[in-house]
Amino acid sequence: MLQDKDRIFTNLYGMYSPELDAARKRGAWHLTKEMLDLGPDWLCDQIKASGLRGRGGAGFPTGLKWTFMPKEVRDRPHYLVVNADESEPGTCKDREIMRHDPHLLIEGCMVASRAMRAHKCYVYIRGEYIAERHALEKAVKEAYEARLIGQNNLNGWDFDLYVHHGAGAYICGEETALLESLEGKKGQPRLKPPFPANAGLYGCPTTVNNVESIAVVPTILRRGAQWFAGFGRPNNSGTKLFCISGHVNKPCNVEEEMSVTFRELIETHCGGIRGGWDNLKAVIPGGSSVPMVPAEQIMDAYMDFDTLRDLKSGLGTAAVIVMDKQTDLIKAIARLAYFYKHESCGQCTPCREGTGWMWRVMERMVRGEATHDEIDTLLDVTKQVEGHTICALGDAAAWPIQGLIRHFRHEIEERINRYRAPRAFVQGATVAAE
Amino acid sequence: MTDKFKVNIDGQELEVPKAYTLMQACEEAGAEIPRFCYHERLSVAGNCRMCLVEWEGAPKPIASCAQIVGDLRPNRDGSPPVIRTKGAYVEKARNGVMEFLLINHPLDCPICDQGGECDLQDQAVAYGRATSRYDENKRAVEDKYMGPLVKTIMTRCIQCTRCVRFVAEVAGVEEIGMISRGETAEITTYLEKSLTSELSGNVIDLCPVGALTSKPYAFNARPWELRETSSVDVMDAMGAAIRLDAKGDAVMRILPETNEEINEEWLSDKSRFVWDGLARQRLDRPYVRKDGKLLPVTWPEALEATKEALSAGPDQIGVVAGDLIEVEQAKAALDFFRGLGVKNTDCRPAGAQYGADGVRERYILNPTLMGVEETGALLLVGTNPRVEAAVWNARIRKAWLWGDLKVAVIGEAVDLTYPYEHFGTSPDALNSEAAAAFLKGARKPMIVVGEAAACRPDGAAILAAAQKLAQYSGAIAEGWAGFGMLHTAAGRVGALDAGFVPADGGKATGDILGGSLKTVVLLGADEVDLSALGAAKVVYVGSHGDAGASRADIVLPSAAYSEMSATYVNTEGRVQMSTRAVQPKGEAREGWAIFRALSALFGTPLPYDTADELRGVLRGRAGENTVFSGRGYAPGAKGVSALMSGPAAPAGGPGREPFKRAVSDFYLTNPIARASRTMAECSALATSLDTAVAAE
Repeated sequence: MLQDKDRIFTNLYGMYSPELDAARKRGAWHLTKEMLDLGPDWLCDQIKASGLRGRGGAGFPTGLKWTFMPKEVRDRPHYLVVNADESEPGTCKDREIMRHDPHLLIEGCMVASRAMRAHKCYVYIRGEYIAERHALEKAVKEAYEARLIGQNNLNGWDFDLYVHHGAGAYICGEETALLESLEGKKGQPRLKPPFPANAGLYGCPTTVNNVESIAVVPTILRRGAQWFAGFGRPNNSGTKLFCISGHVNKPCNVEEEMSVTFRELIETHCGGIRGGWDNLKAVIPGGSSVPMVPAEQIMDAYMDFDTLRDLKSGLGTAAVIVMDKQTDLIKAIARLAYFYKHESCGQCTPCREGTGWMWRVMERMVRGEATHDEIDTLLDVTKQVEGHTICALGDAAAWPIQGLIRHFRHEIEERINRYRAPRAFVQGATVAAE
Repeated sequence: MTDKFKVNIDGQELEVPKAYTLMQACEEAGAEIPRFCYHERLSVAGNCRMCLVEWEGAPKPIASCAQIVGDLRPNRDGSPPVIRTKGAYVEKARNGVMEFLLINHPLDCPICDQGGECDLQDQAVAYGRATSRYDENKRAVEDKYMGPLVKTIMTRCIQCTRCVRFVAEVAGVEEIGMISRGETAEITTYLEKSLTSELSGNVIDLCPVGALTSKPYAFNARPWELRETSSVDVMDAMGAAIRLDAKGDAVMRILPETNEEINEEWLSDKSRFVWDGLARQRLDRPYVRKDGKLLPVTWPEALEATKEALSAGPDQIGVVAGDLIEVEQAKAALDFFRGLGVKNTDCRPAGAQYGADGVRERYILNPTLMGVEETGALLLVGTNPRVEAAVWNARIRKAWLWGDLKVAVIGEAVDLTYPYEHFGTSPDALNSEAAAAFLKGARKPMIVVGEAAACRPDGAAILAAAQKLAQYSGAIAEGWAGFGMLHTAAGRVGALDAGFVPADGGKATGDILGGSLKTVVLLGADEVDLSALGAAKVVYVGSHGDAGASRADIVLPSAAYSEMSATYVNTEGRVQMSTRAVQPKGEAREGWAIFRALSALFGTPLPYDTADELRGVLRGRAGENTVFSGRGYAPGAKGVSALMSGPAAPAGGPGREPFKRAVSDFYLTNPIARASRTMAECSALATSLDTAVAAE
């Protein structure tokens, strides 16, 4: 269990003031100039050594990502873009950072910008996050007024930070769609390559990072890469914000060590599973996009990137959605299928057509109004979507359904049987669908 | 660093340029890649996902249209990356995409105009399932209004966005876009208004399915019933490559063909949709006016009447050739009338002041249409290429958009779809410092003078001043002739090349039509002021009943451009042949044959009995180098020495009067277009749009 002294987000619950003075007392903006003066190479090396992996879902090593930026600024300026378009169902960690610890984020933006030789940073906030935007804008204003950021600031690195408000599209959380949206265009993912580090915002070298990835940076640098690397199992180091929702006694947001076991996480912070551990049915461990894991596999699993990958799921954003035995899993996944159908941008064929198809079949399966071979058809459709699209939304739409069929196929079959039992002479879905 | 890259495609190792897309590389290896959204003249969207190929070692299939070969990595052992375009993996991916495209596509191929030439249909044969697994309801999309030319059935749309990219990139009017998202995404025009582009018809060709089809052609024919004839367009002076699709004796539609040097693969709306004008208002038999009424007569009667009208004496006869005249007719008419001793011949109905000195380089577009892609600075003088040569305007836009072309205009400040510097509306700006500074130092500068500039009273002075500016600003140098005329009429350069100008002491158009002559012969000349002709007898040779025919005393019907194999010379001086797609209407004859017959009646037959013999005369004897001996080629910078010395500048120089438009209505510039219902509809719509803007 993570000690209080090792917490990075010491005001996660808003017990104290988010304002600059209070944040400074908690350690923000301490030694920032000294860090910046050590230069980009040192900064990148430290973050690499800390083992920090991106907190937005994909888990790509943050320090490595920074080094993809050109080593010197040529004809095009560099940009840092912070992805605060936190729209993944179940995820609510960046929200708390921006509300209660905005100065950690702003300081992190500045340090990261120095590391990639950027003088400008954009924070793209989700459209629905009104209060968070106000909180962040207030903090930015404070930082400007205290001359911590801006031109000729006290920290010695010219740096401007702009807060941009999105319009509430999930797809704008995809990094290239976010850049398109930031440029004022329709939020549709771009083809990669070119990757943003070569041609990102306005065609300039750009790095897009998650809020949490950026906000932990100053503390890591202050306390040392080894301190951060000391948590969790190898290759999964650090502390992490977990957002636990669903059928636990006390749903909460909590900063914990990586590789904490699921049981410890729930017992320590959430007061256990509703109805006891025997009542646990399945868990979606990383936000709606990752496949679910059944109870017996997740109970004592480590909550980190590699373990969950081996369970054919993923840590994602660490939004843990707990489902007990009362849950209608088919209905739950059908609701997620509807979400992806609603949020598909419509650009490429498999996702545009496939998400609607999958959702409609799922809706029928909720009622049991399907045939057994349609389960295989549905699985085949998810495979036809997965990996064939420009961005990962197609994969995200396919995975929850794949997880459901992988682990709970028998439930779907039972539902179909139950639906068909009193309708003995109905020849299945072909008739029913007409 | 070499700019070549080795790839292994389907077991075949080959070296391709690094800048190639993987799709190009695969095609070079002989593999066929299916595609819907990719089009080589548009930016890459990569959204249809049909062109997926396998890259050994990659976690998922990659879109070959968007993958640059140079971005591939060799294998760990240094061997070239292995790409597979066939096999179960790729098939599975493509079959999946095809299934997704079809689940919401209506099964209405039997009533779809795209049927038989539909990419989706063709590729569904190769990649589609025999039966559908989709049991849900299909999506329906409301049709959108896109104007009188483009018919929409949006349920068929597969969201490839080719049309969106075309109007944004090539046509330069951002009026088509995709609204909504996911499966509710729809392609629509801005506020469902008609497209304001002269190139809108091209979206019909681009659409890989039947979502955008030709409205005038709707339900008229099936592609396999049509007889295809490659020919040359005459609606403007570019001479675009076209294909006339005919069924029976009617041209059913006109499509562009690829000619990289002229129209790439685009076509203007006028050229594409004028075909209904070929069937209407036709002169299909000779007429002679008796008691104030045109009465049908036989050819011998008509020719006799013509002979009588031409007995007025050579000084009392004038001949004006119109915009669409083919070289054969011009040559035969000229030979015939010169044989009679007639000096009053002119092929410049609007009174343009070029061509009289016989120096060809002064009236053709020397830098060629493709020249805009080489030049760094283009000065347009008294011309609006958007309406005078719409497809060329798209090429200028392309050079501006993808290259570093800068454009400046002297003349009316209109929307050309790209930005330009404006040096003034009157020709005296040719002598301005700004114009010279704009051209000087630029790479291969280019001056293009329009018809509107040449047709003014001070036209000769403008032409002289423009050429002088070209000379001292570096536009005329060894290997680069950056001065030229942009014509508006398909027949003009050919007629000038044939020498169809007043002989020494002869009268030009203005005097011929001034009422002093007893007999006036109009060769398809309808865009002229006939009000001053007085009592003159008028002989009209042409294909359509337009202004000339209604004033005529004798009407001799001739073939339209779709009905004869004839020679046209485009504004670059490129000699091209059209091909007969259908027979001439009724008793109409090819123009040259009419004069051959007349000459026989006069007892001095012209020395050729067939069109081929006539063209032989034009080409000259073996070894002789005439304009007409080289077909299909633009002289370009060959004539640069002729431009080194200028014409003597007339006194006074260019005036201060602002330029007028050479083309007042894009859709109604010639008798064929004026006979077309489609063009009338377009014109009415464009005029109403203009008024709406003016009223604001």
